[in-house]
Amino acid sequence: MVEKGTYRVKSGLAEMLKGGVIMDVTTAEQARIAETAGAVAVMALERVPADIRAQGGVARMADPTKVREIMDTVSIPVMAKARIGHFVEAQVLEALEVDYIDESEVLTPADPHFHINKWAFTVPFICGARDLGEACRRIAEGAAMIRTKGEPGTGNVIEAVRHMRLMNEQIRAVLDAPEEELMTIGKNLGAPYQILLAIRDAGRLPVVNFAAGGIATPADAAMMMQLGCDGIFVGSGIFKSGDPARRARAIVEATTHYDDAKLIAEVSKGLGEAMPGIEIGTIPEHEMMQTRGK
Amino acid sequence: MTIGVLGLQGAVREHVKSLDALGVPTRVVKSTADLDGLSGLILPGGESTAIALLGENGVFDRLRRLAAEGLPMFGTCAGMILLARDVEGRAAAPLGAIDITVARNASGRQVHSFETTLAIDGIGDDVPAVFIRAPYITRVGAGVRVLARHAGVPVMATEGRILVASFHPELTEDLRVHRYFVETVCGLRREGERG
Repeated sequence: MVEKGTYRVKSGLAEMLKGGVIMDVTTAEQARIAETAGAVAVMALERVPADIRAQGGVARMADPTKVREIMDTVSIPVMAKARIGHFVEAQVLEALEVDYIDESEVLTPADPHFHINKWAFTVPFICGARDLGEACRRIAEGAAMIRTKGEPGTGNVIEAVRHMRLMNEQIRAVLDAPEEELMTIGKNLGAPYQILLAIRDAGRLPVVNFAAGGIATPADAAMMMQLGCDGIFVGSGIFKSGDPARRARAIVEATTHYDDAKLIAEVSKGLGEAMPGIEIGTIPEHEMMQTRGK
Repeated sequence: MTIGVLGLQGAVREHVKSLDALGVPTRVVKSTADLDGLSGLILPGGESTAIALLGENGVFDRLRRLAAEGLPMFGTCAGMILLARDVEGRAAAPLGAIDITVARNASGRQVHSFETTLAIDGIGDDVPAVFIRAPYITRVGAGVRVLARHAGVPVMATEGRILVASFHPELTEDLRVHRYFVETVCGLRREGERG
């Protein structure tokens, strides 16, 4: 018997991406640069988060022509973003046979209350989270991979650090708590009880957790790895920088050898301009992406 | 007695966990210094293009020599691609340690990834196997023994002290494939198996 789309098959692909870097790309040319630099997957999208932020308007799933073009260009897995709650965009991306769908706050949400029922799909989903409760809710909805939300398109790592540290702290509390406290912890976090049991069973989040949202340098990537994430997403950080190919390669090396400061120093030399970046405090509340979808 | 797990990228901790459960000491290998004194090496699943680039820090040069000297190696999925003599559509194979040709992503995109059970020669008739964007073996050299097929296609093979599989035994709780590598390919006796 052959079974497709099982949770083991869905989360299994995420396990294969561990220790790697997933890069946002908007063209086939960028996808090729990413693959050549050692990306483990690419995220196909219409505009990188920094441009979505700058240009405003409604951000939607990418044109299928563009997604197909990128899929035809590289041999590594291709992910694509659907709007939060937009299950038909997800159905379209599944029909295109993308390898992973990111139900993403970077795009304009399509449903004010609900996320996609990800169990209804054969293709696996990744979702963003700011804390453990959010991560557990997405896993209970069927997400097979989690990433920190950070604050996309800012080139500022502080929000990714905030979300990673908070998740780590909350996971430690779940692991250390006596059994009888678990239900109340779950209630306070807004986390389904069964997922907390899975965390205690695994001694960690039961799915792979990448860092995303504001990573722009090799040192940013290595710091997130030292904080315990499983891999790195770089959105605007590569193709909004002065020398994308070199920076991409350097971030890949720093992610693998995240505890080797000499190597990180070496690969960080002369990378040219990093993306300009935005101070979080200057972003108006209604322009924050991380608060989309709870 | 230590088995290394190549730790440049991919499903490293799952292989470590399987070996732990067998009571086998492990070491994660990221640089050439980590390769000293190993009794065997597992090359895990991951993205073969990324691992091949990262391995050009000297690790693959050492691995080519160690393979020639007879260090037992087991490659799963991307690891199989790295160990193959030829990779379809690629000019050079990173290690070329086993006389097979492989086709990358032959099982298709992720929606076609699957799990099943396999009959594996010398291991069992019902071994759980997870195939993720899996490579298939498209040519088998004269000295290579095919251990398992899926739908008629070779998915596990061995030659000398090299073992390769298209699938991921490390994503299951079943330890028989790892035990086969440790006992039959590496020729090691384990002390005090756990779990």
